[in-house]
Amino acid sequence: MSKYLKLFTASAIGLSLAIPASAEKLGLGRPALPEEIAAWNLDVAPDGTGLPVGSGDVFTGEEVFAEKCAICHGDFAEGVDNWPKLAGGEGTLADKDPLKTVGSYWPYLSTVWDYVNRSMPFGDAQSLEPDEVYAIVAYILYSNDLVDDEFTLSQENFLDVEMPNADGFIMDDRETSEAHFWTAEPCMTNCKDSVEITMRAAVLDVTPEETEANAAAAEAVPAAQETSAEAEVTTEEATALDPEMIASGEKVFKKCKSCHQIGEGAKHRTGPALNGIVGASAGTVEGFKYSKAMKAAAEGGLVWTDEEMAAFLAKPKAYMKGTRMSFAGLKKQDDIDAVIVYLRSFGS
Amino acid sequence: MSENSKEKAPSRRQFLSGAAAVGVGAVGAGAARAAGPDPLITQVQEWAQATGEGVDATPYGLPIQFEKDVVRRNVEWLTADTISSINFTPIHALDGTITPQGCAFERHHSGAIELRKPDYRLMINGLVDTPLVFTYEDLERFPRENRVYFCECAANTGMEWAGAQLNGAQFTHGMIHNMEYSGVPLRTLLEEAGVKPEGKWVYVEGADASSNGRSIPLEKAMDDVLVAFKANGEALRKEHGYPVRLVVPGWEGNMWVKWLRRVEVTETAIESREETSKYTDTLEDGTSRKWTWVMDAKSVVTSPSPQAPITHGPGPLVITGLAWSGRGSITGVDVSVDGGKNWLPARLAAPGTDKALTRFYLDFNWDGSEMLLQARAKDSTGYVQPSKAQLREARGENSIYHNNCIQTWWIKETGEAENVEVS
Repeated sequence: MSKYLKLFTASAIGLSLAIPASAEKLGLGRPALPEEIAAWNLDVAPDGTGLPVGSGDVFTGEEVFAEKCAICHGDFAEGVDNWPKLAGGEGTLADKDPLKTVGSYWPYLSTVWDYVNRSMPFGDAQSLEPDEVYAIVAYILYSNDLVDDEFTLSQENFLDVEMPNADGFIMDDRETSEAHFWTAEPCMTNCKDSVEITMRAAVLDVTPEETEANAAAAEAVPAAQETSAEAEVTTEEATALDPEMIASGEKVFKKCKSCHQIGEGAKHRTGPALNGIVGASAGTVEGFKYSKAMKAAAEGGLVWTDEEMAAFLAKPKAYMKGTRMSFAGLKKQDDIDAVIVYLRSFGS
Repeated sequence: MSENSKEKAPSRRQFLSGAAAVGVGAVGAGAARAAGPDPLITQVQEWAQATGEGVDATPYGLPIQFEKDVVRRNVEWLTADTISSINFTPIHALDGTITPQGCAFERHHSGAIELRKPDYRLMINGLVDTPLVFTYEDLERFPRENRVYFCECAANTGMEWAGAQLNGAQFTHGMIHNMEYSGVPLRTLLEEAGVKPEGKWVYVEGADASSNGRSIPLEKAMDDVLVAFKANGEALRKEHGYPVRLVVPGWEGNMWVKWLRRVEVTETAIESREETSKYTDTLEDGTSRKWTWVMDAKSVVTSPSPQAPITHGPGPLVITGLAWSGRGSITGVDVSVDGGKNWLPARLAAPGTDKALTRFYLDFNWDGSEMLLQARAKDSTGYVQPSKAQLREARGENSIYHNNCIQTWWIKETGEAENVEVS
């Protein structure tokens, strides 16, 4: 009995010393199943660990890229607006404004494969097949003049590709190269002879206006009220719009949100603002630059009826060859119906 | 009698205001005298008569309407889209050291997702004895710690490398927040799975569509990294990774993976997109530093500053700001009002603590003349925050990240302030 008591005291002391270095296991959690690990353990290391079997050529890559990536990254990986440029910039790293791309900057090809596979396309991540990823990566290499147009990338030749800036990196050396910043006793008086202003932020004038922002915040309240009032009117008028459908349509619309805005204050993003789109003539939203295909359809008199919209949303690329909408399509009819009702709730 | 007092009243007021003016001129900091009785005092005000709102009017309280300008702000031209973007903490309007969650800066790569606790899973895999899966409830059963740490984006002040650009402490230094985290040491979870001897790194990954992932040396993972689920006493906000985020004290914010879903023990670094193409610092000769995880010591005067001008004229002035270091604690902050010619030691509101924000004050008697206001932090390793010129000399102007230079605010005679660079 007394023996046990001693043991108990000893372990109690151990526990009171914060958390012991070699804590006993608590037996919490459960073993991960192989299928679960396979589903999440997707990262690819520089030595190719994690690459699945597969291959893709430049030609296929160009097609997949045009369909799924070009809307943001441009047809030639040159980048649209502020979206990342993936090609070019060779030899600019020491310039005033270096252009950092896969070709000019990225040290490992594994990073490209891994990132495209897990994080792209933006708004539809993890939707690519391994062969598509190989093809896209092959095309990005081609855009950077690193391979010729006959090239096929696979897990077998993956490590043969040489990245131009592979040796362009050094380990963090701040503690040695900046050792002079460790100067325990800095100067306190008469540290310099003169002080002149050499540059002013007001000259550039790129700061968001505080007053404008305040006004916007103040306006936001009545604006939101107006919206809800409008929404009420719309619902009253169009009794056919089922609130549940609107709600589920709103969820589906999350897939569209990375490119489209809707509602009060909606602006054009990668895609046009969508207020009043259902029932409208195609290609007529003011201020948006449409693809040739969409312009042609507009000239042909296409109107976004429920039926046309449903067909477009089911398979955009098949419905309209050449559309810039790089979205694979909604597979479920329920989702299509719901999102159209949701779109209708913003006018038609 | 009444006529008499009417005649006397104005002359008395004249005398008083005249005396007050003389007083200010002579002493420079005398208390101003009232020109007449203050109606806010002499008249019964509405709020002192009628009743206010009852309890439960706002079950979860928001700041009062008069503070609605104290909000996060975005700089639109910085990024292509707000879904993959950053905004800024209104540090110019805050005091103390704890950042309220509601105005703490956000940085998303694929937007802020909504992940329910019952749907949350955390996997530990790779070079471990037993790969494990934890639910949110499992995490709550491990011994917990409470720690206050700052989280600073490596790009904070990044727009200022080439020159004075953004006019406000919120925009130049607002990619930072400081919270009290409650969570489980990552070490505890790794020990539960049993790290194999060949494991040298952990790769940590989020559950959102960006799959943001970073490699962290095992030594750091076993040291002070926390798997946190509460901040400032309450659940994390969705924009900060609800229900679970990683806290990597003193290291760049990108490593503080939100919506943490997986920790993989590996032999080498994964070299993900965020640790190669981004968050590497290009030097003048075109080579780039990688694995620059720790945040150097830094400070900034938050008030007065461009968004927080002096409105009260000469006399007593509270100069205040924040200081922090990813290598340890802040041991001192010096303030200069003449662009770095001379420095005065500021008063720390409380002794600096490890990898957390420290508030400093300089209780100053302003004579109403122009100032070139600067702050300079010192940390427990002996590091002294460098000037912009020193930093450019060491790194050039293309690093984007890790700009910890001394900031200058030009305070004009009107009390207005502007972001400037000085020689």
